[in-house]
Formats: sequence, C-alpha cells, structure tokens
Amino acid sequence: MTAGTPKINVTVESVTPLNALITRFTFRESCGKDLPAFSGGAHVVVEMDDHGTKRMNPYSLMSDPNDTKRYSITVRRDDEGRGGSLYMHSHVKAGMEMVISTPVNLFSLDLTAKKHLMIAGGIGITPFMSQIHQLTSTRAHFELHYSVRSDALGAYLQELTQSYPKNLHVYRDDQDEQLKLAELLNGQPVGTHVYVCGPKGMIDWVRETAREADWPDSSVHFEEFTAPKSGNAFEVTLHQSNKTISVDRHQSLLEALEASSVEVPYLCRGGACGQCETNVLECDGNIEHNDHWLTDDQRLSKTKIMPCVSRFAGKKLTIER
Amino acid sequence: MSTSKFEPSIISRPVYGKLSAQTASHNLLIADAQGAEAIIEMAEHAPKSFFEQAHIIYIQKGTADAYLSQLESLGANQLYIGPTYQAALPRILNTLENTQVGIKLYLAGTEGLIGQVIRDATRFGVAMSDIQTEHRGSTARRIQCVHCKGIIEDVTVDPFQCSHCGLFLFVRDHYSRRIAAFQGVRVDAEDPGNIPEAVERFK
Ligand code: FES
Repeated sequence: MTAGTPKINVTVESVTPLNALITRFTFRESCGKDLPAFSGGAHVVVEMDDHGTKRMNPYSLMSDPNDTKRYSITVRRDDEGRGGSLYMHSHVKAGMEMVISTPVNLFSLDLTAKKHLMIAGGIGITPFMSQIHQLTSTRAHFELHYSVRSDALGAYLQELTQSYPKNLHVYRDDQDEQLKLAELLNGQPVGTHVYVCGPKGMIDWVRETAREADWPDSSVHFEEFTAPKSGNAFEVTLHQSNKTISVDRHQSLLEALEASSVEVPYLCRGGACGQCETNVLECDGNIEHNDHWLTDDQRLSKTKIMPCVSRFAGKKLTIER
Repeated sequence: MSTSKFEPSIISRPVYGKLSAQTASHNLLIADAQGAEAIIEMAEHAPKSFFEQAHIIYIQKGTADAYLSQLESLGANQLYIGPTYQAALPRILNTLENTQVGIKLYLAGTEGLIGQVIRDATRFGVAMSDIQTEHRGSTARRIQCVHCKGIIEDVTVDPFQCSHCGLFLFVRDHYSRRIAAFQGVRVDAEDPGNIPEAVERFK
C-alpha cells in the first residue's frame, strides 16, 4: 500500500511575491511532460524537506484547470505556524526540484447548480481562482463574495476586479465592511449552491446561516484552509506496529507516524477526506479533534482519531496502527 | 413507510414515504386525486404557521369536488385547483422556476404526478432532500414505449397496446427518472403474435 496519490516531480518555474504575506509558486513537470488535468477546487500535497523534517502540506491549485503545462499555488506566510509556509517562503526558489502529489479534489463545483455563490475569506480565495477559470469557460453564473483585511492584503484583488467586475463583491475589514450573510442567503434562486473557503469561524458561520435559511446540505460546500495546528508534544502507542512514538509540538500525528515508517493512507492532510481515519483502542485523556470528518458521536466516544490534524492530551493513547 | 401497498419489485423502483410538515420559509404542496388526503392528514400534525407559507396546487383528476372544502379550510397562503395535470402544468413550472433556496416540496397522489414534478423540480435545482412524497390513490402507471418513445398515461393492464405505435408492451418495473415513466417493452419480440392475455396489475 502506498499512501496518498502518485507523486509528480516538478521544477519551480517562478516564485512571485504578491504582497507582504502572500507568494505564488508555479511548477512545471520536471521532464517537460504534461501535468494531469484537474478540476476547479483541487489541491496538491507539496513535499518539503525542512531541515530533516518532512512536511507535506496541501495547497489549492489556483491556475487554470485547462493549463496542463503548469500548476500554481498561493501560500500565505504563517509566522506562528508549524513552518511549512515559512519553508515555502524562505527556501523555495525558481529552478528548484520538488515533489508534489497528483491533484485531488475535495471541493469540487456541483455542475448541476444554476448559480454558484462563492464566499472566500483571505487566502481561502485560492480554490475559487481555479473554479472561476472553469466556470467562465462554460459561461456559468457565479458570484464571488471576498472578505479581505485590506486592499493591500487581498490576494488577486486587482486581477479579479478587472476581470469580473460584475461578479465580485469585496468586504474590507479595515473599512468595517461586512458581508451581510443572512440577507445574501435568503432569497437566492432555487438551484443555487454556496461554496465557502476561509477560516474555520467563517465556514461555521456560513453553514449555520445556511441551515437557518433552510438550505439543503447538498447545496452547501466548504473547505477549511488550514494546515494542521501545532500543539503540545504527546506520546502514542501503536498497537499493530508494537511501539510507542512521540509527536512533537510542530508535527502532526500523521507526520510522526510517517517519520517512524508507519504508512497511513491520506489524501487531504487537512481533516476533510476521511482517508486517515484511525481506530483508538485506549484513551486516557482528551483527543483534540480538529477534523471535519468524524460525527459528534464518534468524537464523544473517543474511538476514532484523524491523525492528519488531531492531537492528544492526557495519560495514554493507543491507536490501531 | 409507504401508505399505498405495492407488489414486490426491483430495488431501483421509486418508493414513497409519508408527508411530515417541516418548518421552512416556503412550502409548495402539489397533489392529485386522493393525494389530497395525504395533505389533509399531514395538516393535523403541522405547526400552525405551516400553511401561512404554503402554496397548494391540487389537481382533481376525476375526484370532482370531493376534497375541495377540506383543502380550502387549511388556510393556505395560495390554493390553486385544476382539473388535470396538463391544466396545472404551466402553473407548476412557473412556480418551480421562481422559487428560492429553502423551498420544501410535498408531493402526494399518483406516481405519474409525483414522478413528473420530481423530474421538473430537480431540473430547476430543487435538491432531492427537500422533496417529500406520499403515494395515494391509483397505482396505474405512466409508461414510455421504448420502441416509439410515446408516453401512455394511467396504464392498468399488462401487457397492453401502445396507443402510439400499436405494439403490445410488457410493463417493466424499470423506471426512468429523466422521463418519469416506467418502460414498456414489446411483449412478442421473440415470438411475433404470441401475446399473453392482459391482466389488471395496477388499479
Ligand atoms: S488525510 Fe484527509 S482526513 Fe486525514
């Protein structure tokens, strides 16, 4: 069994800083072959060798899905984060060889929708960039509601304003502009689908407001855009492999498993796809569930953990790996 | 649990439930013939405000005024009564096209009505999870002749003669959601002229 999707060797074609925090990276296939086509909303997992620590972070593809010559991702520098984004910003240079995964889409458009209502917060704009490419090629009806801290920190704001003046609605924190969500979600024509990508609070807000306005779940799509959280170090006993490993502060449980050569299936590395679901055999303490996958009942029962994002605090955790 | 009893069938055959009023900002109820009973029964357990947001489209389909006064007494925001599906169709389509996300659909009555409204509603973008159904009344089938593609409404016997091309058709349980009809296939294709006697399978 190999975890994840097939790997692709790529060469960094360009590194383009867009503002103080955000940089775009463009990759080409290293031997000049075509890259696999993808659909709007797909992500790739980028592998990094961060001074001996292997990091694999998911990033949404933001380039045109029809362009098989190159892929682009946009990375926001997170100074408090675990280091993946810092590594991208400080170490990745044009010409460098890297390894990425084949694209996977866990945030795809529903093409039966009559209208696509997109809600983006900050760097959550990236999956919408490829989706908008896809939608404009079929002249589909879309509206983009984009919340940014300020004009200066809004990635792709100029480009979007120029290309889609009628579709774009911008809300700037520093101008106290706020999306009136309940008004937006009430009265949308039947057949509208809503998509949200941004901080967790924003996703919860949209899902909750949609539920209050009687939106069917099948018309509400979301993707949280965070790398796994850092936390306190902890130990885990692996029942099948018969060993105990430690997970350090800036490492996810999945990364710790991989570092000790225990293969765990994964796709998203962001708590959304369900691939890494692992049975908990013994839990004396608390699991910090950071995923979007498990049900509330499963969480309360302490019988499952998603190693890509979730952590543990307590005396003893034994998992079936 | 379905109110009407159906003979055992293949797993892909449509199944029906029982209407139960949900709180929603817009409710669209469409029924034909005995389907009115499902709405009237549901109303007994519905929250008071339910019918203030409700639009009922009722097709009598030969039941004359049997249910009209009961339907009127529900106090729906809008009530339309029409004699046949064809007469009501422009209103159904116009209503579906102009609804908003959040609409809940309640369909009751014959399979032909339920199937055709589901087909049109989903085409306009209503989610299946927002559609409830309850079968009432006749189990006669709406059938598409797979040979000439003609549609025959309210078929009760099997085999039967296609009213468009004249072939004798065996009524299959194979249902097309896109066409909202069961499939009728030539019964004597292998042995022309050998047509079994018709039995009344649907009432
Ligand atoms: S890898 Fe997708 S949920 Fe963990």
